[in-house]
Amino acid sequence: MASLPPIDVPKGATGAGVFDAPATGERDPAHIDYLLRLGDDALVLGQRLGEWCGHGPVLEVDISLANLALDLVGQATLLLNEAGDGDRLAFHRDVLDFRNCLLVEQPNGDFAQTIARHLLYTTWQHMLLQRLCQSSDKFVSEFAHKAVKEVAYHRELAAEWTIRLGDGTEESGRRMAEGLDWCWRFVPELFEVDDSLQAAIDRGTAADPREFEEEYCSAIGAVLAEAQLEAPADQRPILGGRRGHHSEHLGHLLAVMQFLPRTYPDAVW
Amino acid sequence: MSGDWPLWEVFVRAKGGLSHRHVGSVHAPDAELALRHARDTYTRRLEGVSLWVVPSAEIVASDPDEAGELFEPAESKIYRHPTFYDIPDEVKHI
Repeated sequence: MASLPPIDVPKGATGAGVFDAPATGERDPAHIDYLLRLGDDALVLGQRLGEWCGHGPVLEVDISLANLALDLVGQATLLLNEAGDGDRLAFHRDVLDFRNCLLVEQPNGDFAQTIARHLLYTTWQHMLLQRLCQSSDKFVSEFAHKAVKEVAYHRELAAEWTIRLGDGTEESGRRMAEGLDWCWRFVPELFEVDDSLQAAIDRGTAADPREFEEEYCSAIGAVLAEAQLEAPADQRPILGGRRGHHSEHLGHLLAVMQFLPRTYPDAVW
Repeated sequence: MSGDWPLWEVFVRAKGGLSHRHVGSVHAPDAELALRHARDTYTRRLEGVSLWVVPSAEIVASDPDEAGELFEPAESKIYRHPTFYDIPDEVKHI
């Protein structure tokens, strides 16, 4: 019997046992966690905007907000299906298991508060997606390439409305300022890096938000200046959404969103 | 509230080479938002590659009462229709 050629052991391999080691198929928990964070952000904000459907201040704005909501639900579908079973994750998870940031779950308030939330979130999301286009993870990179165009539109639209409401009438300016004031304390959470995120950043699959914190502040500052608005005074930051410590608003949102599939688990279209 | 906003006529170019066609109208406080409203209302299903919005107030319309004198004289002039010669198959969009 001819002898087998010598095997080149790959660099870094330990030798004994490696070829027999069972394939676990398990994926990196930090990566799953990252997908859930991004996916839950999109899902919860999409659901929030969907609440405007039929209640928009004018027909054109109603359609516009519904369009934004659909973009976000589409993004959530891709991200949650990559993390696992998207439908189960969306409709059969309890509030403590959601990983979205606190900003996106804040109530719609009036139109100005909705716009303030959208400006603050999508400006961050846009800068993040621009960087995620270079993610070492193929899915994340492809997702970012697709979503970055949608989110660029969201960001511009939110900025346009912020400028018009801020620099509009006395009432619209007051409402815009109040909307920003409500949302302001949830911004620092967007730039928080915990162990799980740091692990994903170290692997090159996630982007480090601290790298664009300065760029974010000046971009928001430029919009507020054009809107003739003062930046709200810094408040005590509220953190914890990424760990499942949510405000009371998320439970109410999920109760509406999850009611049907939980009450009728076998319901199909 | 939208009653306070001016009306804008929306024109969409379906694809390169075709002309813009009137598709409807939107309310918006200014031109920039009129474009965005038009985009969200009329091009959500990939209907177009270019948009125009025009203030409806700037459209000069013919008077319906003058329809008779404006249009009826053309009715009897079938020689104005290009039906007396063949159009090559390669010529599209006529």
